[in-house]
Amino acid sequence: MDKLDKPLTKNIQPDRAFATLADYRKTGGYQGLRKAITELRPKEVQQWVKDAGLRGRGGAGFSTGLKWSLVPMGNNGAADAHQTRYLVANADEMEPGAFKDRLLLEQDPHQLLEGMIIAAYAIQANIAYIFMRGEYHLAARRVENALQEARTEGYLGKHILDSDFNLEIYLHTSAGRYICGEETALINALEGKRANPRAKPPFTVVSGLWGKPTVVNNVETLCNIPHILQNGVEWYRGLGRGADTGTKLFGASGRLKHPGLWELPMGTPIREIIEEYAGGMRAGYNLRGFLPGGASTEFLLPEHLDVLMDYDAVAKAGSRFGTGTMIILDDKTCPVRMVLNIEEFFAQESCGWCTPCRDGLPWTVTLLRDIIAGRGRIEDLDTLSGLTRMMSPGNTFCALAPGAMEPLQSALKFFREDFERYILGKIAVVEEDQ
Amino acid sequence: MITIEIDGVHYQVKTETSLLSACLSLGLDLPYFCWHPALGSVGACRQCAVIQYKDVEDKRGRLVMACMTPVADDMRISIDAEQAKQFRAENIELLMTNHPHDCPVCEEGGECHLQDMTVMTGHTVRRYRGQKRTHKNQYLGPFINHEMNRCIACYRCVRFYDDYAGGSDLQALGISNNVYFGRFNDGALENEFSGNLVEVCPTGVFTDKTFSAHYARKWDLQTAPSVCVHCGLGCNIAPGERYGELRRVINRYNGEVNGYFLCDRGRFGYGFVNSPERILKPLINGQSEIESAAAEQHFRDLLKSDQPVIGIGSPRASLEANFALRTLVGEEHFFLGLDNTEHDMLDAIDSILHNGGIHSPSLREVEQSDAVLILGEDVTNSAPRLALSLRQAVRNAVFDLAETLHIPSWQDAAVRDLGKNHRSPLFIAGVCTTRLDDAAVRCYRGSPDDIARLGFAIACHLDNQAPEPADLGDVERALAATIADSLKTAKRPLIVSGTSCASLAVIQAAFNVAKALPSKDRQLTFTVPECNSMGLVIIGGGRLQQAFERVREGLADTVVILENDLYRRAQDQEVDAFLHSAAHVVAIDCLNNKTTEQAELLLSAATFAESEGTLLSNEGRAQRYFPVYPPPEHVRASWQWLSAAAEGLKWRHFDALTAACAETFPELEAMTRAAPDASFRIRGMKIPRQPHRYSGRTAMLANIKVSEPQQPLDPETPFAFSMEGATAKVQSAMEPVIWAPGWNSNQAINKFQEGIGGHLQGGDYGVRVFEAAGAGDWFNTIPQVFEPEQGLWLIVLLPHIFGSEELSLRSPPVAERTLAACAMLNPSDAVTLAVASGDLIDIRNLNGKTMASLPVRLEPSLPAGLLGITAGLPETRQISQADRVTLVKTGNSGEQS
Amino acid sequence: MKEQTEKSSFEGLSPAEIREINAEISEYEDKMAVSTEALKIIQKHRRWVSDECLVAVAELLELSPAHLEGVATFDNLIYRKPVGKTVIHYCNSVTCWMLGSDQVRERLCRHLNVEPGEMSADGEYTVLPIVCLGACDHAPVVMVGDELRLDITEDVVDEILGR
Ligand SMILES: Cc1cc2nc3c(=O)[nH]c(=O)nc-3n(C[C@H](O)[C@H](O)[C@H](O)COP(=O)(O)O)c2cc1C
Ligand code: SF4
Ligand code: FES
Repeated sequence: MDKLDKPLTKNIQPDRAFATLADYRKTGGYQGLRKAITELRPKEVQQWVKDAGLRGRGGAGFSTGLKWSLVPMGNNGAADAHQTRYLVANADEMEPGAFKDRLLLEQDPHQLLEGMIIAAYAIQANIAYIFMRGEYHLAARRVENALQEARTEGYLGKHILDSDFNLEIYLHTSAGRYICGEETALINALEGKRANPRAKPPFTVVSGLWGKPTVVNNVETLCNIPHILQNGVEWYRGLGRGADTGTKLFGASGRLKHPGLWELPMGTPIREIIEEYAGGMRAGYNLRGFLPGGASTEFLLPEHLDVLMDYDAVAKAGSRFGTGTMIILDDKTCPVRMVLNIEEFFAQESCGWCTPCRDGLPWTVTLLRDIIAGRGRIEDLDTLSGLTRMMSPGNTFCALAPGAMEPLQSALKFFREDFERYILGKIAVVEEDQ
Repeated sequence: MITIEIDGVHYQVKTETSLLSACLSLGLDLPYFCWHPALGSVGACRQCAVIQYKDVEDKRGRLVMACMTPVADDMRISIDAEQAKQFRAENIELLMTNHPHDCPVCEEGGECHLQDMTVMTGHTVRRYRGQKRTHKNQYLGPFINHEMNRCIACYRCVRFYDDYAGGSDLQALGISNNVYFGRFNDGALENEFSGNLVEVCPTGVFTDKTFSAHYARKWDLQTAPSVCVHCGLGCNIAPGERYGELRRVINRYNGEVNGYFLCDRGRFGYGFVNSPERILKPLINGQSEIESAAAEQHFRDLLKSDQPVIGIGSPRASLEANFALRTLVGEEHFFLGLDNTEHDMLDAIDSILHNGGIHSPSLREVEQSDAVLILGEDVTNSAPRLALSLRQAVRNAVFDLAETLHIPSWQDAAVRDLGKNHRSPLFIAGVCTTRLDDAAVRCYRGSPDDIARLGFAIACHLDNQAPEPADLGDVERALAATIADSLKTAKRPLIVSGTSCASLAVIQAAFNVAKALPSKDRQLTFTVPECNSMGLVIIGGGRLQQAFERVREGLADTVVILENDLYRRAQDQEVDAFLHSAAHVVAIDCLNNKTTEQAELLLSAATFAESEGTLLSNEGRAQRYFPVYPPPEHVRASWQWLSAAAEGLKWRHFDALTAACAETFPELEAMTRAAPDASFRIRGMKIPRQPHRYSGRTAMLANIKVSEPQQPLDPETPFAFSMEGATAKVQSAMEPVIWAPGWNSNQAINKFQEGIGGHLQGGDYGVRVFEAAGAGDWFNTIPQVFEPEQGLWLIVLLPHIFGSEELSLRSPPVAERTLAACAMLNPSDAVTLAVASGDLIDIRNLNGKTMASLPVRLEPSLPAGLLGITAGLPETRQISQADRVTLVKTGNSGEQS
Repeated sequence: MKEQTEKSSFEGLSPAEIREINAEISEYEDKMAVSTEALKIIQKHRRWVSDECLVAVAELLELSPAHLEGVATFDNLIYRKPVGKTVIHYCNSVTCWMLGSDQVRERLCRHLNVEPGEMSADGEYTVLPIVCLGACDHAPVVMVGDELRLDITEDVVDEILGR
């Protein structure tokens, strides 16, 4: 593929430590910013991004341009204090199976900064934060360093590129939790509060950080922005192979020959990712199923291999695009135990705010452990599906618990006999490990 | 009003409410936990789920949380839909997975919201087989028990305690299903409203420790409507009794006054009623107990003196008792029993409230004010419940902002997230830091005179007709301008002042500010020290010093002292002299004190819990308290002792006395309407004080006697000491016990309101007896700038919620929370005196007499030249407000024992 | 909630700690916002946050200790108990679990003779589980101090611990 077809990773080379400012500039870095600031008005930038069809890469797939356009811009009659606006880059990547943002943060930090500056310009925010999970030490160092460089070069601070646009970006490293990645919980965390999510409405674009209009965007989403500005809407739309536009970092992990991460056009068939890029299954293992978008998405089966990795296509197949990083279930891994591991994660990471999640996930874990330990009863399977119904979208306060139910619910559907085998005593009970 | 359809029935509901609130207002049952009428919605517990349909075609609908859903015209919802019912039942099942199911030993049992809601959802069978998560509990002080295993994590406790009441030491800790609600470490909860956790918590995590000490189930408590006697605000309370002992006090909703909440003094101050120091039988010369009939005769004999008899009234006795005494001794021989300064101040307040032309607001009205100035009060300590209302008033600005952003005011977290700095202005001028400072935009600290001067300066900035203080400093001038500008633009500005500063000038300045305000909806409120301070000044009478003189001059020889420890009102020598020179001293009181010790005849008075009476709150609201249970055999209401002594008088019954009082004082004309009189009947029946489930009535005394004793009669009130009587159609405000089918907790109040959080059906309790008339003239006497005098300190008595009020201080848990008496000094004064924190100093009056010896505490916020002393403690009793004193160091901190 | 800790020789926050915390404050609208970062600064200097430190930080930020504890106990990377010089976090999320994180944990714990959460006797190491470290294509993964280590085998564990 041509370099231009891999805008996000074009500076990332296996043999290089990471893209310096010079490297970044060499491939056109900060030209998108120049174009935005010198040639376009904020509303026009929003329109470009909307027209480009960019959808949020944080998991929900909401149109980025549309989100920006919901920020109250002019004097909308609200009190003065409400004229402050914030942009936040969501670098809290913590969903099991997702490992895409770390690459972008570590290998090409200026790309994120340029995306943020353009985004901040588009919504006229003068302060932006990067909310990064505490474990990403290397990324934090590189981003902090890039921030220094950007300040020195006049990409940040007052009168950016001699315009009258001012922006400061601060790096906030968290010590937090998976839930801190949920955008409203993230805002509470940034404010120094417990990271329970907030109710929506009001949406963050109306009342976010310290009650001010705030846009939260995923790192990968923001990394797309410079390229849209630099190369144009038409070019960007042309990158997708299916209904969606642009490229995407797709990943695959599990017992594959070459697990990894690849920038590919949106709409790349799943088969291509698994079989060509990841080289298929390791010798001695067969594909039993996969979670196409990370741990909070429904299982798909080998029969779904020809589904395109597009938001709507994956949804139609019965799962979710999520973060676009898939987890492979092989035929030697017990799906029940795999689901237990996933539910343990979600139960532990529940923020404890709403009842179904706080008390329903631990019960889910208890039931799965009982089943695996040979203490299960056949009616427990009904209880489990009852729990997936209890925690379906809208029933809980945020999307964490519904996400947690997706692998379980699909496993109950596709791998029911694996559950039953434990309960009916058809397999030797493995030592309980808790 | 808009129309919504619930399960096929059309209802008219108020706009701008949540669907949950609307359903409950309609009287429909819908379970909830995290929602609370005063705290609004956050959508955490997911218990209030209903199905909402898009339109008529929509058959499936969508599950929504009623508390988070705004009502909308033509909205269609279902509470009964199977899917919603199942969700609610399963949600409770989840909540209960870790619950200990310890209802038999739980103080909440029988009035537990969790029990009620569990039954309401139909969850009865437990499927969960796993282990329960357990927690350690904390010691939270003398008021509150902590039993975290019962927690269902509804977050109401912290939302009340931190968000609503401004506390900070109780927080949510931990995460996932290990969230824990507690303090950083063991220790008493610091917030003055912690007791409300008992009712705010829907389970038994936070329970009333004083109640546990002598526990009874809610349905076994005998109750009557009552009014708190521990400050001048008149919060409504529901005291409960069993076996002749007062067991607890809980909140009694009044839509105008206290709403859902009490302060901790009001809730936990009741212990004095059960005190071993109660006077349970009349006593002669402090030695021989006599029967009440004999005491009556003795009293009558003493009154037959040739010389006039002096009566000393009390701000903590009812209007009726004071009136009875005044009638008994004659108007010219009746004295108010207040210290001189307090007498002046209360007179001034009375006159301003009557003739100043400015409305004195109820607490509900306080909460609606959009700019507040407090002059000279630490409200949390002098009139605690008012502080809680002021804390809500500062939120009006953020409600306005929320409205512009289309965020409904009931969406609590969202409104709070708009920013804690977005507040309606609250300005506090006080002698030192107050517990409300954190809610204020600006605080000013100065001597009482300087506070008054600031007030006068603000008034004259607002209206140039008002007199201007001379020699105003630049700081004060600028501050006065800032405050004035802020108050000027407010729609409903409120000025708060009171008696704490012992300064007439402060009170007058507060009036000038209020008068100078341009808004027609301006309000002015004064805190007063005791539960009937207002009533007493309206009745009026001579000064205590005049009473002293009369006896000294031999113009009277018999003294009747009504519920008043004179040693709290005047210097020891004066009172000693007075009591010694009087030939006969009759004291009527409920607890032993220094005054009662010296009575020739001591008459055993009933407390508020065993008697009836009318109190006038600082707002001007007359409210009646009723006996919760009959007094012990030889104890009587003060008014009864007095009326029995007054031969030939027409008021043999309480109602006749009330009527006579109302007739005598036109201003009190409305007091007869404070509550129905004794003739009140519903289909011929009285209102029972005992709930319909009152258990073991026939067997309560079976260990003594098997035959059921006759119910005590109550000819004085509409209530019966019985389970039998009218249960339907009782006016909500007169319901002794708040209960509705399926609703056993105090949250049943939803069923008794005109809409959630509104007035009680049939009207709130009590009646306002006066409304401001006239216009009032400016006050022109402006004090000089306070200049500390070398070697002299000005006493400022600082009220404290726990300790400064006489009766609650006699309740052990409250006494446990009092501050140790100390002398507060500005650090610079401490340097001058070469004293350090903890050193002992003698406080001497200008004659060199030591009035107290107290340890020093440094208080940087107290201006130099002032000596701050906690008011009302036994150790500080002899120190008078506004005195000038000298200080002498007598010991180092290490030397104290 | 909190265990009584032994009397320590805490003498207040160091000037460096205070300076670093104050520097963070300038980046936000209020002091509360640096709750987490302040605790992390303490950890940078002292490895863990004792009760005394927590109270001192709360005072510096004008917060109640209970508020700060509420944040600290919500967060995952704030240690309220002593930890070793190097904290080894092993990922136990789904891909790492599938590819052997249990064995990695076993090897680590056996070598150091600890259970997860405990400090090794020499005070050098604490082993803790952690959620997905974002390197699933190189599972199993551990984080040794600040450093991410990929494709962990038993040999790599031995190398990390220098055995
Ligand atoms: C439990 C939970 C965790 C999340 N974690 C992340 C995350 O780590 N990173 C992220 O970008 N979005 C995360 N999201 C999604 C965010 O809430 C939000 O949708 C996203 O940051 C918006 O950015 P985008 O529009 O650019 O995708 C999470 C959502 C939930 C419910
Ligand atoms: S679903 Fe509820 S408890 Fe779970 S993380 Fe979201 S808000 Fe918290
Ligand atoms: S009352 Fe509606 S979610 Fe709690």
